Amino acid sequence: MTAAETPNPPAAPANAWQFVRRGLLSDYLVLWLSVVYFAVLAPFTPGFASESNLQTILAYALPILVVSVGLTLVLIIGGIDLSVTSMIALASVVGGKIMSADEGWLAGNALAIPVGLLAMLLVGATLGAVNGFAVTVCRIPAFIATLTTMMFVSGLAIWFTLSRKIGGLPPNFLLIGQQLWIVAAITGVATWLAHSALARTLYGRWLYAIGHNTRAALVSGVPVQRVIFFTYVVCGLFAGLAAILLTAGLETGNPEMARDNLLDIVGAVVIGGTSLYGGKGRVIGTVFGVLFLALVDNSLNLLGLHFYTITMIKGGVILAAALTDALRNKLLASR
Amino acid sequence: MIEFINIEKSFFGVRVLKRVSFAVKPGQTIGLVGENGAGKSTLMNILGGNLRPDAGELRMNGQPYAPQSPRDAERARVAFIHQELNLFANLTIAENIFIGGFPRRVRWLPFIDSRKMYERTRELLREMNLSYAPDTPLERLSAGERQLVEIAKALAFEARLIIFDEPTTSLTVRETERLFAIMGQLRERGISMVYISHSLGHVLKLCDEVVVLRDGAVVGNEPASQFTLERMVSLMVGRAITQIFPKRDTQPASEVALDVRGLAQPGVARAITFQLHCGEILGVSGLMGSGRSELARILFGLDPCAAGDVRLNGELLNGLPPRDRIARGLAFLTEDRRAEGLCMEAAIADNVALVALPRFVRTWARFVSTADSRAAVATIRQAVKLTPSARDEQAVKTLSGGNQQKVVLAKWLLNEPKVFILDEPTRGIDVGAKHEIYRLINELAACGAAVLMISSEVEELIGMCDRILVMGSGEIRDTVEPHQFDRERILRAAIHDGALS
Repeated sequence: MTAAETPNPPAAPANAWQFVRRGLLSDYLVLWLSVVYFAVLAPFTPGFASESNLQTILAYALPILVVSVGLTLVLIIGGIDLSVTSMIALASVVGGKIMSADEGWLAGNALAIPVGLLAMLLVGATLGAVNGFAVTVCRIPAFIATLTTMMFVSGLAIWFTLSRKIGGLPPNFLLIGQQLWIVAAITGVATWLAHSALARTLYGRWLYAIGHNTRAALVSGVPVQRVIFFTYVVCGLFAGLAAILLTAGLETGNPEMARDNLLDIVGAVVIGGTSLYGGKGRVIGTVFGVLFLALVDNSLNLLGLHFYTITMIKGGVILAAALTDALRNKLLASR
Repeated sequence: MIEFINIEKSFFGVRVLKRVSFAVKPGQTIGLVGENGAGKSTLMNILGGNLRPDAGELRMNGQPYAPQSPRDAERARVAFIHQELNLFANLTIAENIFIGGFPRRVRWLPFIDSRKMYERTRELLREMNLSYAPDTPLERLSAGERQLVEIAKALAFEARLIIFDEPTTSLTVRETERLFAIMGQLRERGISMVYISHSLGHVLKLCDEVVVLRDGAVVGNEPASQFTLERMVSLMVGRAITQIFPKRDTQPASEVALDVRGLAQPGVARAITFQLHCGEILGVSGLMGSGRSELARILFGLDPCAAGDVRLNGELLNGLPPRDRIARGLAFLTEDRRAEGLCMEAAIADNVALVALPRFVRTWARFVSTADSRAAVATIRQAVKLTPSARDEQAVKTLSGGNQQKVVLAKWLLNEPKVFILDEPTRGIDVGAKHEIYRLINELAACGAAVLMISSEVEELIGMCDRILVMGSGEIRDTVEPHQFDRERILRAAIHDGALS
């Protein structure tokens, strides 16, 4: 029995320990941490709490949230998708190539925007389907399958545009990314949909069951292969949606878009309490995780730290989150 | 000589061992029996250095013995052969035996003296009657052979006391016989043994003395000759169980629930034909590797099948995946609860609801009605008599084996199946829980469900079934009717080649 190793009684007064313990066990831990972080840093960081900066934080965090939510679903079934950022890059240039007034295939056409949007979502969904096919039918481990997709697709995106950025996107398309409330509404709806699907539908229950024990799920009548395939498609679809928000926000189709964000995305999901082993995780946790990382990233930028320093600190934050999660699990087990 | 003197141990304020005292004399074999949770494993973990007692002491040859770690126990020459073997399938036999301390060429240099290691391993394997080269990867060995390697490992450090924890659960009849022969040799060499098992017949046969534990206290400690099976069971349970196998008054109906004709898959099954009637419990006996579990998997659609027809209530099931067979009323309790039966980390309620989830879907968006599923779970857990102390949101892994099996049964019952395939439904669970599982199976049959019950315990099949099929090398070798029920006939059919009349 492992139960013999109870944590040592703390030296601090019992109620202080109780407080820490309750905080650690709370589902909202990361939200509280974000609030505390904000409150502590706001006085020292010029412009951190200003309205325009808060808008900047949101504009950065919302598209990241969309991808992270899709990835959360994949992590819950015990999978991984390393190709999400490359999907964003390819979707971005494909959208640009269709809609751009300078070089777009449908430049000036009234259908340019709807076709462009659809194509971007389709790029994500198709690549998701490729991943899903590789994982379910070919039985390639998700890590390798999506790693190769990432390498191939990021290369493809650069080859497709000969490494150039695509400008001249239609102003009506840009609106989607320029108006914060539109970005927020789209992100909100997508997040809410994923949350309800996960928390309330048959599909959500099946995801958790597969993540806990794939074979038991299969024996219990869960259409395992179909659900896994579908989940990768959904993840790709969310990446396509994020590509729309980012492309409109940055006003260019960029073959290197989101290239440096992959670890932020995985990190945010893990900080939000989703387990890389599968079976555990919630969309709301991912929301908090993205918020927290966005706050850290933004504040360190404002403090004038170098990009590489910021990356190091973020690495430390993600490590701390992983340690906290381990501690949480130990507390839960001893309860 | 090992003495336990007033050993006490509590977990979270629950006393799991209460002033346990007994002694193991040199060369003696002690049987340790009790229900799951009686404290057997805790006691042996103390002896093996994994746990420390709260009070009381252990003495070895009169000297105090307080192992702080399994390594200490090894130094004191106490070996522990676990239920789930602690071996490395990817390493060779020799490496497994010497993993605790390889012989070195030069004492303080990290170079292994392979020649010495292989030579010693060869000797040990000869003693175990295993004809393998020392550098054979362990994964090529069967479960029974691995057990012998584990014993060889104990002999390698000249163990004086070997603890066996449920050694026969994954062994075939032949392997069990071989293990017992080896244990006989060990006894002749003066090695003491503690034998923990739920197979009480084996305990009576093998042991000099039997210690019965109930709720952490010794309730019986006498020479094996003083015990009968019934007396051991009543001591373990604390009440007399008049019948291990509860009686069932109902008879099988005439209509056929599951009709299997000419099922075949190369290397797995050959010309399997039988009919399972409503209200019938049909036993399937056979050794490991006889194709009994493989048959179950084919019937459930988990494994492929080259030829033959399977009909459920007249409807052809061929080629359907498990999901569609479940929808038509099939249920499958797998042999291995942990690997295929349950999501161990997930909550009891989630496990119980998993199969029947589509029944609780209310809207077009496939929202699951939490209220409905909760109510259904509450009803079904009473029906299977799941321990009331377990909360719905508690993880399944915290339950005892018997309660875990009830969760598996509950999850199938919730879907109201018509045909149950039960593969080893009572494996690794204690006497009391076994009795309740038997009662549940009887109730199912009484309600008209058809049950295909696979088991390696022949007594269990004889006690429960209306007919028994005996399988060997993927074929049905014999069909035994109740008036012919006989342990020997069934075993002979299972072991010998060719059908017996």
